Amino acid sequence: MPDNSWLPIPKENIIKERFAKTKPIMTPSEAVVESSRCIFCHDAPCINACPTSIDIPMFIRQIMTKNTTGAAKTIFTQNILGKSCGQVCPTSVLCEGACVYHDLNEKPIDIGRLQAYATESAIDKNIRFFEKGKSTGKKVAIIGAGPAGIACAHELTVLGHEVTIFEANKKPGGLNTYGVAPYKFSNEDASKELKYISEIGFKIKTNSPVKEVKKLEKEFDAIFIGTGLGSSRKINIPGENLKGVFGATEFIHNLRAKELKVSVGKNVIVIGGGNTAIDAAVESSLLGANVTIIYRRSEKEQSAYNFEVEHAKKHNVKFMYLTSPVEILGKGNITGVKCIRNKLKKSEIIPQKGSEFVVSCDMLIKASGQKKMVEFFNSISKIKLGNGKIIVNKDFQTTNPKYFAGGDCINGGKEVVNAVANGRDAAHGIDKFLIKNKRK
Amino acid sequence: MANLETNFAGIKSPNPFWLASAPPTNTGYQIMNAFRAGWGGAVWKTLGTPIVNVSSRYSAVSYKNNKLMGLNNIELITDRSLEVNLKEIKEVKEKFPKNALIISMMFETKEEWHDCIIRCEDLGVDGFELNYGCPHGMCERGMGSAVGQNPEVCERITSWVTEKATKPVIVKLTPNVTDISKPALAAQRGGANAVSLINTINSVTGINLTTMEPNPTVAGQSSHGGYCGPAVKPIALNMLAELTNNPNFKLPISGIGGIETWQDATEFFLMGATSVQVCTAVMHYGFRIVTDLISGVSNYLDLNNMKHVTDLKGIAAKKLRKWEELDLNYKVIAHIDPEKCISCQLCYIACEDGAHQSIALLPDSRIPIIKEDTCVGCNLCSLVCPVESCISMVEVKTKKKKLVWANHPANPAHI
Repeated sequence: MPDNSWLPIPKENIIKERFAKTKPIMTPSEAVVESSRCIFCHDAPCINACPTSIDIPMFIRQIMTKNTTGAAKTIFTQNILGKSCGQVCPTSVLCEGACVYHDLNEKPIDIGRLQAYATESAIDKNIRFFEKGKSTGKKVAIIGAGPAGIACAHELTVLGHEVTIFEANKKPGGLNTYGVAPYKFSNEDASKELKYISEIGFKIKTNSPVKEVKKLEKEFDAIFIGTGLGSSRKINIPGENLKGVFGATEFIHNLRAKELKVSVGKNVIVIGGGNTAIDAAVESSLLGANVTIIYRRSEKEQSAYNFEVEHAKKHNVKFMYLTSPVEILGKGNITGVKCIRNKLKKSEIIPQKGSEFVVSCDMLIKASGQKKMVEFFNSISKIKLGNGKIIVNKDFQTTNPKYFAGGDCINGGKEVVNAVANGRDAAHGIDKFLIKNKRK
Repeated sequence: MANLETNFAGIKSPNPFWLASAPPTNTGYQIMNAFRAGWGGAVWKTLGTPIVNVSSRYSAVSYKNNKLMGLNNIELITDRSLEVNLKEIKEVKEKFPKNALIISMMFETKEEWHDCIIRCEDLGVDGFELNYGCPHGMCERGMGSAVGQNPEVCERITSWVTEKATKPVIVKLTPNVTDISKPALAAQRGGANAVSLINTINSVTGINLTTMEPNPTVAGQSSHGGYCGPAVKPIALNMLAELTNNPNFKLPISGIGGIETWQDATEFFLMGATSVQVCTAVMHYGFRIVTDLISGVSNYLDLNNMKHVTDLKGIAAKKLRKWEELDLNYKVIAHIDPEKCISCQLCYIACEDGAHQSIALLPDSRIPIIKEDTCVGCNLCSLVCPVESCISMVEVKTKKKKLVWANHPANPAHI
């Protein structure tokens, strides 16, 4: 790496300060004040907006009455990853977005932080609400210890099935461990939550990528696929193999794996308009870089949430809209990127000939989506895909009846909370399949 | 600007806002600060035979996040010597001659009462208030509410005072009775010039769920206390109206009980009070709240083209009648403004589970609908609605004349 164009890794205390939680855990008095604001709607819109249908007004009322244990149970009953969801959910477009206070021009209830408050309290005290169900003698394998896999494993364990999760990475947790922004949910948060959940009694085999499914099929009665998405997509322009060019998923994975102790270029370009582009940009900025996001369409078309865009702007991330990279420049190491201006004709992107220009940079992060794990899925017989995503029925069963799937591998990449809902519901689909509706 | 000057049974003050006899009037220092802040008068914390106080003394009721919805105390009368109190009374009266300074008293013997009256009058105080109200501690010694609850004793002790005092005498009544007119009329017979009400209500505010001890705790034990603050206002307003509407009761009334805002004070005037006394609100927020009491009542009077605060006196009390005088042909039904509705559906569930099942939900809308044919006009939906003036109760005009219970066909006694 060229020495003067890369930044030293910030000192530990500086990292800690810069990556401090954007939504810190509430104090007990904050929680009482905030929970008192909730008006306890009937058939509350926030519940309907939550993919896991947590009884939000009920847990908020329980926080208000200082029945924090009851609140945690209300949350965990619907969503065993309620702690991470409280911290990483885009609440302003889910539960908080549906809060009736918006109609009064009042700040909605801070549901995410209240949820994190109640669940953290139970996790810290290791107050347990669920136990392993009476054994059914059935064994289920889960591929991937991400939110979908963990939620599925927990629910299956409660139902009495023997569960083993196979995880390719060194640590379980999936995106909670290797993907989400660390100022939302830290490595420590992830490992605490996983320990709390897995103590119910399911196995997680880490460093265990599943390459061949035949063996699993023999040993297990059902298999749940919760592999998420694959590596970052290529952008297919010259220079993609230069040093200093990274995929966003890999950059963030590395950042989380190294506990934020990574070096970034002085000037960083991020290509893409989604939430992952924002995360990579803000993280680079927090590590000291000057960051510019280049996006081919305009601000309006950007898929990143508004609040995320605002967050990036707060961290001095610059945005260059209606711009596409055409070539990554450099010899060995990246030195810049040649771009072209676009115009939009309805949704069609029309590059403007002669508008090419060069932006110099020391590092480039590609955040234009992730590949789907098509190759792996195709290695399993009779599983049908649609657009690279596994097709499932309402029980989350694939076209091969022994296989179920949920999370990003069926939806193409949504929130942690969607994966949790899928995993939980798939567990009931698997239960139905295994014991043929004999459960009462 | 409307005139707030007050003449209460001969006691003059620049405005009708007085501090009640309580911790805020414990010392001359406090009362002088209160007068500087704008309070029209103050009733000195009760003088009496020496006592000793406990620690702790207060406990409160919160509602959700609102503190001091109700306050409870087991503090007794002044725990400072009579000499110190008299010295400070003199100083206050000299520095603030225009503010009303009323001395609250509680003694056992006629001689003690007389002695205190003479010494106070020498200092130029404006009047006396007889504490027949404290429901804790002093009543166990035959004073406080023990007097207020026994009309004969109330009358006798009042007459001891009135035979000696040359300044107006106010009797402070306890609400811990079934009929407030009994002690009020006894005070009138005893020669009192006015009454004040209400003193505090017997109460236990709550129990500490960690120690399982009632609040407030004194070395692991507690004692019932006197309840005051915003929570008691409705009880005070009712008792005030009972006296205002009693044709045999002729004395002016100083209203007490949960007054915190100018709206509260105005309601007391409308129910018949000539002055009002405040304690809990000052214990919560300090003397400065009087600024809004003064400006709020003034603005309200101006808005209603009234010249003097006494113009308000008793207007609402006249409208408080026996149930049997109410018009059974009058009918309102709820109306929900769909523009204002935030679709919380609290009205729906309140009516469905707690009232008359007269609000419906439609499949494709979150805005509830009133079932006008079954709505009884109970008000509950409009009370639980979190949005200002979203649910209104609209009169259903009929051509029917007023019909009271006595004349109603369903009344078995009706011929």
